[in-house]
Amino acid sequence: MFAVPFRALDLADVALVGGKSAHLGDLIQAGFPVPSGFAVTTQAFDAVVAERVDELVAGIDPEDVAELEAKAEHVRAVVEELAVPDEVAEAIRDGYERLAAELGAEEPAVAARSSAVAEDAADASFAGMQSTFLWLRGADEALAGVRRCWASYFNAEALAYRARHGGAAGMSVAVQAMVDARVAGVMFTLNPVTGDRSSLAIDASYGLGVTVVGGEVTPDSYLWSKVGRELVRSQVGTKEVECVVDPAGRGTVLREVPDELRARLCLEPGEVARLAELGREVERHYGSPQDVEWAIDRATGETYLLQARPETVWTPKRAAAETVSATDRIAAMYLRGGRITL
Amino acid sequence: MSDGFLSPFEVETPAGADGWEEMYPYYLLFDPARRESEENRFWFYNGMHFPEPMPAFDMITAESCYLSIGLYQGRVFSIPNVLGIEHRVVNGYVYITSNEVSDEAEIAKRLETFLPRIGFYYENWDTLVARWQAEVDARIERLTALEVPRLPALEDEQELIHDHKLGSNYRLMAAYDEALHLYNELNQLHFELLLLAYGAYLTFFQFCQGAFPDMGLQQMGQMIAGYDTTMMRPDDELKAAAAKALELGVDTAFADGRAHEDVLAELRSSAAGRAWIDDLETRKHPWFFMSTGDGFYHHHRAWADDLRLPFAAITGYVAQLRDGVELDRPKEQLLAERERIAAEYRELLPGDAERAQFDEMLGLCRHVFPHAESHKFFIEHWGTSLFFNKIREVGATLAEQGFFESAEDVFLLNIHEVHEALSDAGLAWAGGAPARGTVYWPPRVARRKEILAALADWTPPPALGVVPEVINDPTVQLLWGVTADRLRSWASGGAGGGIDGYAASPGVVEGVARVVRDVNEIASVQQGEVLVCPVTAPSWAPVFPKISAAVSDIGGMMSHAAIIAREYGMPAVVGTGHATKRIKTGDRVRVDGDAGTVTILED
Repeated sequence: MFAVPFRALDLADVALVGGKSAHLGDLIQAGFPVPSGFAVTTQAFDAVVAERVDELVAGIDPEDVAELEAKAEHVRAVVEELAVPDEVAEAIRDGYERLAAELGAEEPAVAARSSAVAEDAADASFAGMQSTFLWLRGADEALAGVRRCWASYFNAEALAYRARHGGAAGMSVAVQAMVDARVAGVMFTLNPVTGDRSSLAIDASYGLGVTVVGGEVTPDSYLWSKVGRELVRSQVGTKEVECVVDPAGRGTVLREVPDELRARLCLEPGEVARLAELGREVERHYGSPQDVEWAIDRATGETYLLQARPETVWTPKRAAAETVSATDRIAAMYLRGGRITL
Repeated sequence: MSDGFLSPFEVETPAGADGWEEMYPYYLLFDPARRESEENRFWFYNGMHFPEPMPAFDMITAESCYLSIGLYQGRVFSIPNVLGIEHRVVNGYVYITSNEVSDEAEIAKRLETFLPRIGFYYENWDTLVARWQAEVDARIERLTALEVPRLPALEDEQELIHDHKLGSNYRLMAAYDEALHLYNELNQLHFELLLLAYGAYLTFFQFCQGAFPDMGLQQMGQMIAGYDTTMMRPDDELKAAAAKALELGVDTAFADGRAHEDVLAELRSSAAGRAWIDDLETRKHPWFFMSTGDGFYHHHRAWADDLRLPFAAITGYVAQLRDGVELDRPKEQLLAERERIAAEYRELLPGDAERAQFDEMLGLCRHVFPHAESHKFFIEHWGTSLFFNKIREVGATLAEQGFFESAEDVFLLNIHEVHEALSDAGLAWAGGAPARGTVYWPPRVARRKEILAALADWTPPPALGVVPEVINDPTVQLLWGVTADRLRSWASGGAGGGIDGYAASPGVVEGVARVVRDVNEIASVQQGEVLVCPVTAPSWAPVFPKISAAVSDIGGMMSHAAIIAREYGMPAVVGTGHATKRIKTGDRVRVDGDAGTVTILED
């Protein structure tokens, strides 16, 4: 099985399609608004790349920072040219055509994003070490995007990371319908500064979310109280540029954001509330704080979730609570005291 | 901050108040003989309980409370690192400091006693609340029955010869002693359970802050709020009386600004009006023992003794009922909201172990915390109103003996001086010659009135002395709102254009300010105004249905303004320090109950 629609996937499929696609499938099955797509499975990666991995990385020393990038680049060029067996290529083309039919579009724009098996594991912040290719149109471009994702398995950071932490038995690629985002960004279902789970933080900027994820802009930031169900504070970011579709209709370009749009918050209050509500539901669904990528469609105003994975910075820090009696707790309170420290 | 505040020894006496010290017992004054130790401590102005300069006699309200707080914290519960609270008078105002234990071995030793003792209380809470109530009731009963004799020209034959009673001069002194004892006993009871209720509350708050660093006291309060307590009952009776006025068709008697004597005169002239008065009489006991203040000053009379406040409130309620306003507090809504908030925080806890602890702490809090509100009615209102009225009777006897022009003058003498005056009066009455008190006290009383008037115009600095590195007593923070930020703001003289306080109840409101310095002025408050006051006592409750937001100079999260505002779901900022001085009636202000700020928009 080389390509599987998201809607047929769930969390049991992590080994087959990686964490990202498995979560997307799971979210779709749970009724969340997630753009359709399909996963190119680790079996496809295995059929094309896996057997060659040892040979490809032979002679690469992940600790040799000076040489690593050049060598990795060479390996990626080799991987992108590897022959793809017909049945694998057919499965990917077929996946794309079915997606096109589902969307009712002839050449729908898609994104190809790597979904490494270890990437979204709750215990390792492995995000962003593989690549994302945006606004691909037609089966050929989709296939080319998949091959470039495979090649990204050999990014210098990924090589170094695997050398240190191990893991990443293989790679899957998520091919997902593009959302032409007016605004997009990232949401943490806790306060990333204090770790408070009753707060929810949103970073948002104009255009596709890559500028926020990649740190290319200073986004607007919002802090939402889950229990108070209200915006606690917001801060206008500078949002210099936005990533939008290239005027030619393929690929993306960065363009400047007009001053008047930069000067104001890019999300309306209702949109913040809607996003926060979605974030809360995703968190409930998984039972732990989540790190979510989202986008709001330019034409329809619909909010979509593009990715959800467990939050990894604060969540593991919480040691299991000790059982303490109320009186011991009260004694401890007095001993800690008012703690007015100047 | 390291340089701290003004030394208590450097505070200047305001013009016209020279000699204020003579009013107070020696042990409540700063003494140059121990200057070094006293000025190196941190003293803060307890304006929350004592917002006015203290008439000499009224110092007993502070003394009596601190007798009990120290007793329970230091000597009964053995709170490991906190002893009692010391107080001093500066220019007539009460400053307090917390005595703490810093020796680790001593703390550990105290902890061994503390755990079983408070454990016993929390485990047997309901039984102990019942015991407490019975003891309080018994003392209120004795205080009610206490007879304060006059000094007759001749003793009654039956009483002295046949019944073999003590002489009136002896009984007068005994009655005074008994009143003082009963008041002190009520105040011992005052803090027995209260401190434990605060302890549970604070513990839950710290637990919540550990799990939810962004959570404020406000959300905490919302999880506990909505309980029905005795303190709401007097106000409920006024609402019922207003409804009764409409029902009987006598509501037109209640016109805004009309004196209660005129209202009563009109009501007495009709059968329906007399029926309303009869109905009101059935509602008074004991609820009209509610004080018009917080129960710490003699001049804050009980409603029963000063009908202005209840009648102003009834007039307001009548008008609201005519306009179809729902007078009941939105209790169902508040309870539903507190359940929702608690359930959501609970769900957000990381695991079942935390949830179990959350449930235990919240359950304990809700179980013990209603006492923190309801005790006020029995101690500060009913018991204290009775006590001051007995002292008035003592004052009446002394006035009759030529010591005072009016019975009220007795409150210009401190508790020990009243004792002396009674000795003087008793001796002189028995001896048959005029008492020295008849020439000794009148000029002193007159002078003390002048001094108190001069002190009333003085603004006490929020703190004196040296700020310690750590303040252990958690009630200092919770009740008085003394936090590191607040101290910095005090030290900088409240710099900046805004008025900062404690975010006591959420929401943002813009409105016209009404500055009310005395509870007797609350009738002037108009519908929709923002109440700006020095401190809101429980008896201010009747004004809350009228106002859109509350701002106070003094008060922490557990102060009455905060609790009532949360109940009514209106924004409140408390503990601003100087809102009544910065804001004028008629100013347009924005009250941000989320941020704890008040902004003057225009004059």
